[in-house]
Amino acid sequence: MATGTKFELKMGAATREAFGRTLVELGRSNKDVVVCDADLSKSTMTTYFAQEFPERFFSCGIAEANMVAVGAGLSSSGKIAFVSSFSAFLLNKGFEQLRVTAAYPDVNLKAVGTHSGISIGEDGPSQMSIEDLALACSLPGFAVLSPCDEVSMRAVIHEVAAHKGPVFVRAARAKSPIVYSEGTRFPIGGSHELIAGKDVTLISHGLLVAEAIRAAASLEAEGISARVIDMYSIKPLDRDAVARAARETGAIVAAEEHLTDGGLGVRIAQVTAETTPCVMEFAGVNNVYAESGTPDELLDKYGLRAVNIAAAARKALARKGAR
Amino acid sequence: MATVTETRSVQELQAVCKQIRRHIVTMITAAKSGHPGGSLSAVELLVSLYFGGRMRHDPKNPQWKERDRFVLGKGHAAPVLYAILAEAGYTPVDELNTLRKLGSIYQGHPDRRFIPALEASTGSLGEGLSLACGMALAARLDGSPTRAYTMLGDGEIQEGQVWEAAMFAAFHKIDNVVCIVDYNRIQLDGFVKDIMDLEPLTDKWRAFGWHVIELDGHDMNAVNAAYDEAAATKGKPSVLIAHTVKGKGVSFMENNPKFHGMAPTAEELQKALAELA
Repeated sequence: MATGTKFELKMGAATREAFGRTLVELGRSNKDVVVCDADLSKSTMTTYFAQEFPERFFSCGIAEANMVAVGAGLSSSGKIAFVSSFSAFLLNKGFEQLRVTAAYPDVNLKAVGTHSGISIGEDGPSQMSIEDLALACSLPGFAVLSPCDEVSMRAVIHEVAAHKGPVFVRAARAKSPIVYSEGTRFPIGGSHELIAGKDVTLISHGLLVAEAIRAAASLEAEGISARVIDMYSIKPLDRDAVARAARETGAIVAAEEHLTDGGLGVRIAQVTAETTPCVMEFAGVNNVYAESGTPDELLDKYGLRAVNIAAAARKALARKGAR
Repeated sequence: MATVTETRSVQELQAVCKQIRRHIVTMITAAKSGHPGGSLSAVELLVSLYFGGRMRHDPKNPQWKERDRFVLGKGHAAPVLYAILAEAGYTPVDELNTLRKLGSIYQGHPDRRFIPALEASTGSLGEGLSLACGMALAARLDGSPTRAYTMLGDGEIQEGQVWEAAMFAAFHKIDNVVCIVDYNRIQLDGFVKDIMDLEPLTDKWRAFGWHVIELDGHDMNAVNAAYDEAAATKGKPSVLIAHTVKGKGVSFMENNPKFHGMAPTAEELQKALAELA
């Protein structure tokens, strides 16, 4: 991966688009791949799969609980079932079914929630998924992944299809900058150090990876060396990368488009508490539901920008220096 | 194709039913907790499937890919399913009295981690029909003759997910799924009609696009015939609305809401076993 902060962040496709395209690739190479959707296929982008493999696509109507359990039944009979909806509906309306029909019996179900976070914009809080990672990570045996760009989403979906066990993948509505080059691998439980640094570590996932990269660039201009890690695997977590960051930089900022309660940040804090206690700051949605607005307006208002991450890093450094 | 099923006469099946009922009351007494009423009401319906040749299964090869599937939606009736799996040869009969004890394969509700022959872990109501639909669709894609059966409690179908699944099955014309409603008219808090009435129940299923078969769920001939009618019905899913008696076979448990979820005492067990001799 790149070292230094010379990232050119060219805009790419939305991760939901990459998810939809990758499902078609999987469908071509594996006849056991089946897909269920709850009347959002044109938004989750499972519509591409539906068009090419209509006999393996099951329209479930607006009934997420049934969809998740139907998917579990398909997977229990040897299929690789993907169930997809907006993350808010899949996790909240399908949670009981994810728990009892997938997690508890360890069924090979793949749940993919799109339109995560507040960057869905104008539709407002009922459609915004800011609790999904807390819910998904609470399920024993689940792998939980949040890729940041089209390259990593494609690789992650291939990993997920090959993985035996229940999985939740988080995708976004908005387009995201391309961070990775083709061919990069994304094993479940891994992470990628995107920028080397020694003063503070910025750890993020999803759309906020690009913001963390921008934050590192502005910190560098102030003479602060910030490490940037893309923690695309929220669970299992790359504990070694977290412990190393705590040990080597002594300060961590967790940045995510999720509630600060129950997201990646608290999972990182658990690891640092257990291994190498260090100063931490948390940039995320703070105990509040957002509102309608453009994605940019919302990311600004709710503090999910490079400027917020950089401010959190300065605060962490000040606290570290005071210790 | 090997259809590994036994067919027994109605008289032989009725003898199996008595044995299953003896297991149910004995194991729940040993456990000191459990759900006798809804286990006893379901006996004929399950004995027909597992011993009457209505379900294709092979206890010597529980993972046979083309087997028929059974999902116990009303997971609290685990004792009837455990007794049947044991008598069929899937699991040990002599461990039935470890029901609900730490380390037992006979967990409080069906748990696939302990008995791989179970098709699903159930106990949270409302999920069985959705799971069976998924299993039936997988079989359809594979060109397999597999049929998927699920048994739901009458109280259970108050769950909204059941009706999501009912719509789904009819819309996708899943004619290899069979839903059995054990209509014993009692749920935990009392009589179904007083908690959340289901009537007109057959009309509801018909309106959802199902082939409805109404029957006496303790009449072995009627039960066998209902499964045959369901298997012969093409283009739509079938539901058996089985009128049953909660606690069937033990006089003091019959139609008694108290025995939805209460174990008999040692003295009550002796009375029950005398009636089931």
